[in-house]
Amino acid sequence: MDFDYTPQEQSFRQEVRDFLADNLPPKEKRDKNFLGTWLEKVRAKGWVGFAWPKEFGGSDGGLIEQAILKEEMSLAKAPPLGTSMMGLAWVGPGIMEYGTEEQKKKFIPDILDSKVTWCTGYSEPNHGSDLAAIQCKAELNGDHYVVNGQKIWTTGAPWSQWIILLTRTDFNVTSKHDGITCFLVPMDAPGVEVRPIQNMAGDKHFAEIFFTDVQVPVENRLGAEGEGWKVTVSALANERSSIGEVTQLQAKLDDLKTLVKNSSRQGKPASEDPKVRRTVARFEMKISAMKYNGLRYLTKQIKGEPLTSETSVNKLHRASLEIEMDDFAIELSGQAGLQLKGGEEAVDNGTWSKGALNWPNVVIGGGTPNIQRNIIAERILGQPKD
Amino acid sequence: MNFGFTEEQNLLKEQVQRFMKEACPLTRVREIANESTPFDQALWQQAAELGWLGLTIPEAHGGLGLKWIDQTVVLEAAAEGLCPLPMASQALASAAILTCASEQQKASWLPAMASGEAVVTLGLYDEANWIDPKAITATATARTGGYTLHGKKPFVNDAAAAHYMLLAVQGPNGLALAALGKEQVTVTPQPTIDTTKPMASVDIDGVEIGEEDLLPLSPEQLAFLTDCGAVATTAEMVGAGAAILEMTSGYAKERIQFGKPIGQYQGVKHRLADMFVDLESYRSLCYFAAWTVDDDPAELAKAVSMAKGYASDAFAQIGIDGVGLHGAIGFTADYDAQLYLKRSKWARPMYGDSDYHMDRIATLGGL
Repeated sequence: MDFDYTPQEQSFRQEVRDFLADNLPPKEKRDKNFLGTWLEKVRAKGWVGFAWPKEFGGSDGGLIEQAILKEEMSLAKAPPLGTSMMGLAWVGPGIMEYGTEEQKKKFIPDILDSKVTWCTGYSEPNHGSDLAAIQCKAELNGDHYVVNGQKIWTTGAPWSQWIILLTRTDFNVTSKHDGITCFLVPMDAPGVEVRPIQNMAGDKHFAEIFFTDVQVPVENRLGAEGEGWKVTVSALANERSSIGEVTQLQAKLDDLKTLVKNSSRQGKPASEDPKVRRTVARFEMKISAMKYNGLRYLTKQIKGEPLTSETSVNKLHRASLEIEMDDFAIELSGQAGLQLKGGEEAVDNGTWSKGALNWPNVVIGGGTPNIQRNIIAERILGQPKD
Repeated sequence: MNFGFTEEQNLLKEQVQRFMKEACPLTRVREIANESTPFDQALWQQAAELGWLGLTIPEAHGGLGLKWIDQTVVLEAAAEGLCPLPMASQALASAAILTCASEQQKASWLPAMASGEAVVTLGLYDEANWIDPKAITATATARTGGYTLHGKKPFVNDAAAAHYMLLAVQGPNGLALAALGKEQVTVTPQPTIDTTKPMASVDIDGVEIGEEDLLPLSPEQLAFLTDCGAVATTAEMVGAGAAILEMTSGYAKERIQFGKPIGQYQGVKHRLADMFVDLESYRSLCYFAAWTVDDDPAELAKAVSMAKGYASDAFAQIGIDGVGLHGAIGFTADYDAQLYLKRSKWARPMYGDSDYHMDRIATLGGL
């Protein structure tokens, strides 16, 4: 057991810090060209797709360096390394693993260069948590498939150019996990209609998508026909470490502590209230547990042991922290906590009141807490399936 | 960066697990716990021969010269089977001697502890629920050639089995540890919830000791020993928590109700998943805290409070859910689940409950 980093790892951390000091101006000093320049620079450093193989434009970066990069980036509250979060997180890795040579050439560089934004067409009106039961239909017709059906809650759909789409090509299967096929579809294809849905925070980040006789060329199929579930599961498993999330949560906790120090309850400093102290301590303890869980799992990966469902442990912690931290902040702030951005008494410019309405983004996307509990109970503890 | 155990540590863990299974199964644990002095000399000797009693004692004093993280490996594995040997007390007494005693005392006491010849325990606080130098109320006053002790130590772990004890007192020049032999004091075992963790009161009123037997103890040293106690306790909570989860998870797969194994119902499987999440989390925090004892003392206080603060309430809930998910059989004296619930009650207040540790996290975190 050893929590020290090797000289090479330390010098990599220093390299990232130096880069951030030189290239990340404070928020108020960033002009409209900042993001474009930032994306070019991190790309030139080889940090976009850092762990991807060199032959696809990545850097073959090691697990620890990857964790260091994520940690330093979120510590500095830097913008993302690319505009397509889903492209980098699972579409790109999925294409590298299952795609044809043509697909790799066509799609990977655009993801790395932030030229194309991807969304993910998994959930349907009747099939969210029960993902494998999807009904959106794709039928082979000569050199193309014809897609008919509907997706919903598709995050990023209003501004994405491409979608990774799960469809059913075979309805006569004994297991619902069979007969699923994955496609890469341009959002401007004839017959694709996007209707944004407003969420409770007032944003239109997700949408429903209707597919009516959409023609998708056979060469846009990812993996073999009927292999879509395998492609999906292995793509989702690409999410590697939660170190970045931990530093984000730590930064949020720091902001929360500042709020506590500036708040009072019933006329007394909030920081003296035992309930407030205990609540903040509990957040800190959980974030710390996520950190050391993450490091234990990272060590397992480095030793070459397969990491399976343990990541659900941190997902559950993160879900409860995302819900509880903003909620605690607005409770602490009383009536002022209710005011949104622009309100005369709004706290921290409405960050907490907005957050208290925005948690489902993180908590429900990628599997609800109850789905994570099923995963732990069934895959780790060996309980029978529902 | 490596947050894993070495091959040697994994072998050590397996060795302790094998010992518990073969030499000290729960049937034997129950027998030992029911004896008037719940101590098994033969098992103690085996533990000594395997080196477990001198893990953190330097090689020069007959020990193995290892670290608290190794101590944690042994305590965790032993607690899977609710080992009733006073190994945690022996380790804490070793830490106290290494921290507070003279070189001469170390040379004379530690070899006998590593060899198992001497069973030694440590008694710190006299208030039932207060971690503070002021919570030590027993005193020592100066007399010619030594000191006279006053008062009673109401909560001393493993006192009945101990040949020697180190008991905290307020001395004429500040806090101190009085080194005592069992024939100098009156030990009265107390009936408690968890018979595998015997506790006793120790009457020291009027006992006279020599000058060299009062070891100065600074508030920082007291805090360090308390933190070591919390690490030892949390390590045992990891092992015991894992065992009751395994027992409960196994039962949920086999127990059929309404035509299905109860583990198929989300009301059951989600509670099992929550038990796993908590166990996994205080396990990670415990290992990190154990590592800081030797390798990053500046982080010790916070790391310990994270670990024990989390484990205190989480293991208590795991104990309750472990028994609860079994239904009436879990409530049965002959069934082993209840022994773990009792251990979770024992561990909760030891070296600080969650209120104490969470408040310390808040303070150390700047509030």
